[in-house]
Order: sequence, then structure tokens, then C-alpha cells
Amino acid sequence: METYCELKDGYLLVHVPRELDHHRAGSLRMEADLLIDAYQVRKVVFDFSGTEFMDSSGIGVIIGRSRNMGYCGGEVTAQNLNERIRKIFMVSGLHKIVKTEGGVAGNTNRMEKNHAE
Amino acid sequence: MQSKNEMRMWFDARSVNEGFARVAVASFVAEMNPTLDEISDIKTAVSEAVTNAIIHGYERPEDKVLLSCVIEGDTVEIAVEDTGKGIPDIEKAMEPFYTTRPELERSGMGFSFMEAFMDEVQVSSAVGKGTSVRMRKKIGAQEG
Repeated sequence: METYCELKDGYLLVHVPRELDHHRAGSLRMEADLLIDAYQVRKVVFDFSGTEFMDSSGIGVIIGRSRNMGYCGGEVTAQNLNERIRKIFMVSGLHKIVKTEGGVAGNTNRMEKNHAE
Repeated sequence: MQSKNEMRMWFDARSVNEGFARVAVASFVAEMNPTLDEISDIKTAVSEAVTNAIIHGYERPEDKVLLSCVIEGDTVEIAVEDTGKGIPDIEKAMEPFYTTRPELERSGMGFSFMEAFMDEVQVSSAVGKGTSVRMRKKIGAQEG
């Protein structure tokens, strides 16, 4: 089984796959939730560096994690969004629910990778 | 320049075919010289329509989803059809955030995405008979 998640110090880093559709959504969700439960994760970071495609199934996964985190006072953020993923965030309104590194409307150049620790 | 090109294919209602379907359509429309953005728009819309057929239309993966594409001049029309359950209330189904499968964490944004990324979306459906989604997009119409 492919793995997407990495436990970091204080948060769960989710490497969103190259294509996140309904086909991939199930296993990604299962893996993330397993780790969130087991390690009582309170912060989830979705990293889109390697993502070229996402549809509304992906939105469902992020909204779902965001809601679950909300129940326990945690948070969900997204980082390294390319132009396409930004567009998906904007059209779905996801940018209003999930904090994104550098915002979503910003300039169209590739974002610099300055992950603050 | 009036060119016409048409294709039809059908495949099992298995989630693995969602990726196949959108890539097939993307390659088919490549001759229209779409921008990357237009290609992505089309792929997203196809993915939504095919996913709907697989999740909502059918229960058995052996059932077939029919996908067809017609290029006429600068416009592409894509149809995704199933012969599954059908939609009792199309208007309701097309409302943003409405979903009949919340247990699957569906966002309820499928039709909104199709409408956002294509110029025109028409849905016809009959309960017990199936659903057909027709989407059109003009290539080269994008501003900027």
C-alpha cells in the first residue's frame, strides 16, 4: 500500500498524491484518520508539491479532516499549491475554510519553499 | 476551419477508470490545441461526471459507463452516460454541497465543478433508467 502521511513533530504531514480523485481519496483518508486517532494529531498539513490534479473528491477529504480537527480544537492547513490547485481551492471556496501558505489569490509564480518550522 | 471528430468508449464502473477517462478525453481534445488550463478544466469536469456515474449511478463495478466526445470546430461536447439508478430530483442534485452520500465524505460539489469548468452542462435523468450529462466547452475562449 502506498503511504501518503508522515508524522512530524506536532503535526501530520500529508503528501497529497499526484492525482487526488475519488479513486485515491479512500485510502488517503483511511491512512490519515488512522494516524490522527492513534497519535491524537491536532494539526494536519496537506502538501500539494507533487499534485497535478484534484477534483471535488479531494475537497471532500480536506473538508472532512478540517471538520474533525475543528471538533478537537485542531487545525488543517495547505501548502505548496500550484496554480491549478489554487483554482480548485477558489472555485470550491475551500480557501475560506483552510488556511493556505501564501494565500490563494497571490501571484502566479511558483511559491518559494520557505516552510517555517 | 470546420473540423469534426468523434469518439465513443465504454468502461467498467470502477474507480480506477476515473483517471483513465479524463486522460482519454484530454488526449482526444489535444488536436484542438487547448491551453493547459483548458485541458485541466475538461479533465476535472470529466472526472466529476464519471465519478458520479460510478458512485451514484451504479452499485456494481461491472456496469458500464459510456463516454463520448464530439469535436466540432472550436467546441467540444462530452457526454457521460450510465444506465443506473437515475436522479429523482436533478435540481436538488445540482445544488452546491448537496450530496446523497455524506458517509463517503462527498463534498457535494461535483455538478458545481462541471458548471464552473465547462461552458454548458445539461443533465437528463430518469429514475431506474439512468443519467446522461452533456457538457460543452469552447476552446480558445479563455480570457488571459
